[in-house]
Amino acid sequence: MAQVSITVNGRQRPADVEPRTLLVHFLREQLNLTGTHVGCDTSQCGACTVLVDGRSAKSCTIFAVQADGSEVTTIEGLADGDQLHPLQVGFWEEHGLQCGYCTPGMIMSAVTLLDDNPSPSEAEIRDGLDGNLCRCTGYQHIVNAVQHAANKG
Amino acid sequence: MAASPVLPKLVGQRVKRREDPRLIQGLATYVDDLKIVGMRHAAFVRSDVAHGRIRSIDTSAAEGMPGVEAVYTGAQIAEFVGPMPIGTPFPSPDHHPVAVDTVRYVGEPVAVVVASDRFAARDAADAIVVDYDVLPAVVDTEQSMTGQPAQIHADFENNLAVALVPSGTGVSPAGTVDDSAIDEAFAAADVVVSQRMVNQRLAPTAIEPRGVVAHYEPGKDRMTIWSSTQNPHILRSFIAALNGMGQDQVRAIAPEVGGGFGAKINIYGEEYVVAGMSKRLGLPIKWVEDRSEAFLATIHGRDIIGYIDIAAARDGKVLGMKLRLIADIGAYNMLLTAAIPTLTMLMANATYDIPAIRTTLTEVFTNKTPTDAYRGAGRPEATYFVERGMDMLARALGMDPAELRRRNFIQPDQFPYATQMGAVYDSGDYAKALDLALENAGWEELKAQRDAAQAEGRLVGLGLAMYVEVCGLGPSSSLPTGGWEHSQVTIERDGRISATTGASPHGQGNETTFAQMLADQFGVPLEHITIHHGDTGVVKQGIGTFGSRSQAVGGTALHLAGGKVKEKMAKYAAALIEAHEEDLVFEDGRIAVKGAPDSGKSFAEVAAYAYVPVPLPAGLTPGLSEEAFFEPANNTYPFGCHISLLEIDRETGEPTLLRLVAVDDAGNLINPLIVEGQIHGGLTQGIGQAMIEEMRYGDDGQPLTASFMDYAIPRAADLPRFELDATVTPTPVNPLGAKGVGEAGTLGSTPCIVSAAVDALSRFGVTHIDMMLRPEKLWRIIHGGQS
Repeated sequence: MAQVSITVNGRQRPADVEPRTLLVHFLREQLNLTGTHVGCDTSQCGACTVLVDGRSAKSCTIFAVQADGSEVTTIEGLADGDQLHPLQVGFWEEHGLQCGYCTPGMIMSAVTLLDDNPSPSEAEIRDGLDGNLCRCTGYQHIVNAVQHAANKG
Repeated sequence: MAASPVLPKLVGQRVKRREDPRLIQGLATYVDDLKIVGMRHAAFVRSDVAHGRIRSIDTSAAEGMPGVEAVYTGAQIAEFVGPMPIGTPFPSPDHHPVAVDTVRYVGEPVAVVVASDRFAARDAADAIVVDYDVLPAVVDTEQSMTGQPAQIHADFENNLAVALVPSGTGVSPAGTVDDSAIDEAFAAADVVVSQRMVNQRLAPTAIEPRGVVAHYEPGKDRMTIWSSTQNPHILRSFIAALNGMGQDQVRAIAPEVGGGFGAKINIYGEEYVVAGMSKRLGLPIKWVEDRSEAFLATIHGRDIIGYIDIAAARDGKVLGMKLRLIADIGAYNMLLTAAIPTLTMLMANATYDIPAIRTTLTEVFTNKTPTDAYRGAGRPEATYFVERGMDMLARALGMDPAELRRRNFIQPDQFPYATQMGAVYDSGDYAKALDLALENAGWEELKAQRDAAQAEGRLVGLGLAMYVEVCGLGPSSSLPTGGWEHSQVTIERDGRISATTGASPHGQGNETTFAQMLADQFGVPLEHITIHHGDTGVVKQGIGTFGSRSQAVGGTALHLAGGKVKEKMAKYAAALIEAHEEDLVFEDGRIAVKGAPDSGKSFAEVAAYAYVPVPLPAGLTPGLSEEAFFEPANNTYPFGCHISLLEIDRETGEPTLLRLVAVDDAGNLINPLIVEGQIHGGLTQGIGQAMIEEMRYGDDGQPLTASFMDYAIPRAADLPRFELDATVTPTPVNPLGAKGVGEAGTLGSTPCIVSAAVDALSRFGVTHIDMMLRPEKLWRIIHGGQS
């Protein structure tokens, strides 16, 4: 077992982890933060995307021990109290989700997309979400959702 | 009295979804999010050969590993879980959930481990050593029909799962065949087009893989099973039967379900085995699929070869059509496997009035993952074959593809229209959808643009396809499970509304659309309504969500149950306010005499009275809760027209979809925002099939595309902004006039895109290209090779 201390959604979480534990499994199994999803085992789908030190990252590509000392934000920590994040509002307003399984990862990727480029073109949004797969929506309403957030941001 | 707010009518409005707050905040509970005290985890060992006899399984190392609770081989599982039942009437070989002596596809389970957590289970599964006598793998669909290179199942000679079945003109109900009409049609033709086409194998790939938690409680002798399923009631029936339990003893729950697309209709071996092990061990057990398992062990879709011949007169009138189908169903029959290609036969008329049609169907076993329903399930295949054939005919005749369609449409005054294939199309106005699509696309200008681009040497092509779909399944005669749906609507004592539906949504938004309907029916705020679904302990009866049936069948059951309870509530209101019930209106949270809102009582007051009925009005019983089963008299037949513009890069062969214009007619719409989302998703899966998706196997039966690294599904940048529109032709089949829209997008998209690619490359003499449009394939056409 290895000792880690990761700050998750603003709260320091010291823990013992099996060294092979992926960050996503640490979040889901040990911290019960099940909003972060697992959709593949090859780092293609992006359902597990979280923010590590403020940047979007696929939490299935990182061992928990590698995130030691980092600040991690998951979908559960994105809203500001009762105030939804503009991207959460955008996804709701624009019907940017159907089954909702890819949604947390999609939103977390879009956070970094808008941090880097607050007024993206449609093509830039589509390119920026290249690492996130959605099988339900055909992406058009997701693009609208990101545009909605960009316009309100 | 305080003034009641005026409530807007919600049916037909773009109401944002009530499901979303939990989903956008990570507060939803999918199967893998469930934890039960004492829960163990299962992992399966799967065959890595396509066809072989199991010589030995060494589980000794695994049994001694930390945390391991139990290890079972297939033979041991067979002692308490029998072969899996299917839902079709065709003869079928035994299919054990874990292989007993022979494996028949890569990914077939051969052993299972139960351990303290998923990691211990996986480690132990990896320590199990299986030795096989490898047999030749049957991979090629048409070679399989010769029984070569091997026979897969003992009693199925030449690997025929379903032998040649003819249907259509000249085929009597008894099966006798008279070829004269079809022969005459082809003899009289000025033009005949013929083509072999492949509708390739696909992986459904819902982003949430499958998963199950089974919890048998020995003290109660009851089982609760949570599964990522589209139909918990069907799951309950089968799990109960295979565990020797009654349906009253099993509760099946579909928690949040992360997409299904048909692949979560099935009751899978893992579900039977996890339930069986839970009962045997008296422990809650979870199993969740890895993505690499999903590509092997979740059903595949499509995989059907069509030989089409169309005979026509010089003016474009189709005289006859032959469609010979060969379906590669993989190694076993699953729940509906054998029935799916029959839907391709059923829809061979497409939107056309064709005097003589003959279809035949053969289904063959191969050493591949079993196929079953994948979004569209048989109808996209029919649409693809017929519409590609019509496109080839238009090209052969030198006729505008839109004009050719128009000359052959079933006309609005011909509905209901009984096809030679045995379908009765409920309603339609195909020319209207075509005209609107042509107008929205700017068809004539687009043709000019294409010609100008081609003149510059650019490879730009235009494609058009019509579709008609059979959905809203359906009368009980069309489904082995029964084709009805059920709902119960309860006005609670506080005046809020609880409603159940047997539809089991997994992204379709029924918590919103069904609440919109009840809000209007009862004149109450949307926020006062809760729609319960996906739990057989709460929802008394149901069939489930597939075949684009939620709204047409489930929505109608809800509407009928609501109508019954409303009738009773009106009687209570009439007694309370001393009025005639027929004079009452339900509006703005009140029940009052029409035109005199002050005369009435609030919804909650009437509800409270019905639960403490003093005095009890004559002829009434206490309470406000009514249920309804709805059995539709027919399926519904939505239709539409899709147009695409595509450009192929001359240097790389890479195709880019520039425009996709869709006009869809799903009848009356409850929530156009949700309908658009459904169409977008369907279009995208069709575009995926046309352009980038293909489940491929090597000659040894090894899958070559068993991860998202090798199997491409569309990404955001692969797609243009879709241009949607609708015509509205309400169905007479149900009182809502709603037809269903979940699958429609997958129908028109494949032929219209492939036809656009053929159009773009027509200068090279190509008349057909099989899906998917791999750049290499297109590059070879451009550079003089073969398709």
